[in-house]
Amino acid sequence: MESPATAAFCLALLRRQLTLAARRPIEIGNPLLFFAMVVALFPLGLGPAPDKLASFAPGILWIIALLSNLLTSETVFRSDFEDGSLEQLLLAPQPLFMSVLAYIGAQWLTTGLLLALVSPIFALMINLPGPAIGALVASLLLGTAVLSLVGGIGAALTVGLKRGGMLISLLILPFYMPVLIFGSAAVQNAVLGMPALPYLAILGSMLCLAIALAPLAIAAGLRISIDA
Amino acid sequence: MPSGPSGEPLLAVHDLCLERGGRELFRDLSFDVLPGHLLQVDGPNGAGKTSLLRILAGLSRYGFSGHLERRCPLLYLGHHSAVKALLTPRENLAWHVSGESSYSDQQIEEALARVGLYGYEDVPSHALSAGQHRRVNLARLYLSHRALWLLDEPFTAIDKGGVAELEKLLVEHVQRGGAVVMTSHQPLRVAYEVKMLSLSAGLPA
Repeated sequence: MESPATAAFCLALLRRQLTLAARRPIEIGNPLLFFAMVVALFPLGLGPAPDKLASFAPGILWIIALLSNLLTSETVFRSDFEDGSLEQLLLAPQPLFMSVLAYIGAQWLTTGLLLALVSPIFALMINLPGPAIGALVASLLLGTAVLSLVGGIGAALTVGLKRGGMLISLLILPFYMPVLIFGSAAVQNAVLGMPALPYLAILGSMLCLAIALAPLAIAAGLRISIDA
Repeated sequence: MPSGPSGEPLLAVHDLCLERGGRELFRDLSFDVLPGHLLQVDGPNGAGKTSLLRILAGLSRYGFSGHLERRCPLLYLGHHSAVKALLTPRENLAWHVSGESSYSDQQIEEALARVGLYGYEDVPSHALSAGQHRRVNLARLYLSHRALWLLDEPFTAIDKGGVAELEKLLVEHVQRGGAVVMTSHQPLRVAYEVKMLSLSAGLPA
């Protein structure tokens, strides 16, 4: 019997990962709760003056989105490593490049996408001007996808370590910085009434680059982690 | 239908040497696995049985010297069962990460019934015992069409009846022209020639 085509296999993987995520709703809710909690901290720390908060809002929202993505990126391959599924995935005849894209895709759908969709509520909490909300959602949609892909590289490299949490932050935070710069700049520009599109285009090109290259690095990282 | 070992080797191993932690586990290991071979790897704990199987499967790619050729798709069952506790046995098999083929519901039900899990198809796997987890994994053997099976301690946590069933399945597989390389501490009770590879002695007997 023939092995299923790569596309069918990836869809099955995606469905598997989404089902697994849906059966642990707390893990989907955690990053969102984290986002809500930290946003609530800023008015306490910076003072509740609305105009002051508004000027920091683009940066604040983007940094929190980045941190809550960092919280979840470590777990993408963890449980599959522990129960032996990862070994089986590496032996599958389908290209690992596509299978890891399915894993990362599922992770993005349950974190980055949800985060981007609920971000307008948090934006209102710290008084981000209304016209900038569109730019915030768009920049988060593109940016969190890049973060998930880059975070996947760190997750693949540290999956074999007992406590990889700190190491993964050190490894991938430098690569998160360009995304943060252009993501928050897009929102900042929208706040100032200038076009956000150039920055969104740069985020889009980062995403294209990440989709093309990150799976290669993730696949190599997984092979090294399984070998060790 | 070939009954004895014959034909082109499914797996050829030449001069395999492995060193772990400054100790030489085996050296100059050479053997062919032909269709119809039932090869049992034997040796005390720490002799390198699992390491050998991981090298044969292609999971370990560094740290050993020698040459090996894999000429057919293989199925590897390791120490971990690769069964997700949050998925039911049916989902575990239908969406299995080994990407072998897409099975119909009926095929999966038959395979689960063969390993004694009839009626457990849609129970979340975290409600199953350790032995039943192993059995979900073993159901893959009933579904598989791959010729070469690499099994690492397949009898762990399996009851006596399950072991007998599994031994029967292994013989059926090699009689169909497949091949099995397995590690186990128990002697196989089968009416078929079992080739032994003893790692403590160093050379295939």
